[in-house]
Amino acid sequence: MGLLDQRFENGNVFVTSLDNLLNWARLSSLWQMQFGLACCAIEMMAASASNFDIMRFGIIPRATPRQVDVLFVAGTVTIKMASRIKRLYDQMAEPRYVLSMGSCANCGGPYWQHGYHVLKGVDRVIPVDVYVPGCPPRPEALLEGIIKLQEKVRRESLVKKSA
Amino acid sequence: MTAAEILENLKAKFGDAVLESKLEVLQPWVLIAPSRTKEIAFFLRDDPAMQFDYLMCLSGVDYNNGKLGVVYHLFSTVHRHKIVLKAQCTKEDAHVQSVSAVWGTANWHEREAFDLIGIVFDEHPDLRRILLPDEWEGHPLRKDYKVPEFYNGMKVPY
Amino acid sequence: MLTDFGKILIFFIIGALFVAAGMFTAWILRPRRPYPGKLAPYECGEEPIGDAWVRFNVRFYVVALIFLVFDVEVVFLFPWALVYRGLGLFGFIEMAVFLLILLVGFAYVWAKGDLDWDKPRPQVPHIERPTPTKPEVQKEAEQTPVASTSTTH
Repeated sequence: MGLLDQRFENGNVFVTSLDNLLNWARLSSLWQMQFGLACCAIEMMAASASNFDIMRFGIIPRATPRQVDVLFVAGTVTIKMASRIKRLYDQMAEPRYVLSMGSCANCGGPYWQHGYHVLKGVDRVIPVDVYVPGCPPRPEALLEGIIKLQEKVRRESLVKKSA
Repeated sequence: MTAAEILENLKAKFGDAVLESKLEVLQPWVLIAPSRTKEIAFFLRDDPAMQFDYLMCLSGVDYNNGKLGVVYHLFSTVHRHKIVLKAQCTKEDAHVQSVSAVWGTANWHEREAFDLIGIVFDEHPDLRRILLPDEWEGHPLRKDYKVPEFYNGMKVPY
Repeated sequence: MLTDFGKILIFFIIGALFVAAGMFTAWILRPRRPYPGKLAPYECGEEPIGDAWVRFNVRFYVVALIFLVFDVEVVFLFPWALVYRGLGLFGFIEMAVFLLILLVGFAYVWAKGDLDWDKPRPQVPHIERPTPTKPEVQKEAEQTPVASTSTTH
């Protein structure tokens, strides 16, 4: 545990202002691990391009899980790939988030009934924070998902979560 | 060369290995014995009048009547003619002779047919699963396939 | 009251303190929950196999060695350049002799071929079965002689 992370029992003015600062810093630079697997990857690329531009949110694509905050699972997750996703998610450093993009990553998508090798939703292997529906979701939908994730980051706190 | 002439050539060389044929359809096909596909393939590739140097596709089929089959689509880049070869076997004795020595592309096509339908190709240099993980049980594209409940801790069906 | 070097020392100390303060703040604020899955080496999601130490080609060592020698030579050039105005012609000739001696060494290394980066040697693939042709085209090709181009191996 970090010395101050999740050590406070209840909030005080020092913790809340530190919280605000920390959360603002973290949500303004959510580096992503681009995990484009199938067609949603194209929409993710379109969102990264100049027309929609997720880099203005501070989101920079990185290739390694060690340097990222958020994992965008974009596309169909096969069972063969699922063990790799689990390992990569384990290798991310906290605080880490997962954004599941598209029907296939949410719930198996169009392959829910007959797909013998499709994982019906990436939340069967890793915990997901934001689900972006669509097949594929438009870049604006992905941007809304990112903003929802930013709102979730804004609510994080150094105060210990009591059960 | 027309499909009838190709069939005549085949029958002249391998009388009993050529079982059936259907020539008046859009893609005329010839049914051959599954244990002699390699020599027929060598003949079709090397004979100067036919020269089928391009194996366009090799697919495994489950006919749902207890039979499995392999369908070969051949094309000749020299003479510009096509033919379809079919080879059938039963589910209990699913063995077809491999043609990977004739056309290099058949190597992976046959691995896919083995992986998904379960046809074992004799004399194949490297017959193992290609799409599914190596420890997967069953051949998914068979008509009587049941999806497993769990694989490595992950629930497979919806 | 403080010498010039003293001012540089203050500069270094404040720089080091700045970096240390940033790293300390991050250390007390960030979560640290290590577990074996997180600490495993990264290999694109697969189970890591093999060693991380790989063998390098010796050409890198040769280039680094030669660079080191001439880098030390450049280090000698810097203070000489600062006091050059006071040294006059004597300083010029002395440094020229020094550089000349090292130039002989440089010429030797060059002529011996130690500076050559290995040229790539492309392997031209040997095709066993050439593209088939119609029988009449094949016969025509055999009759007319074609000038063959030699391939270097």
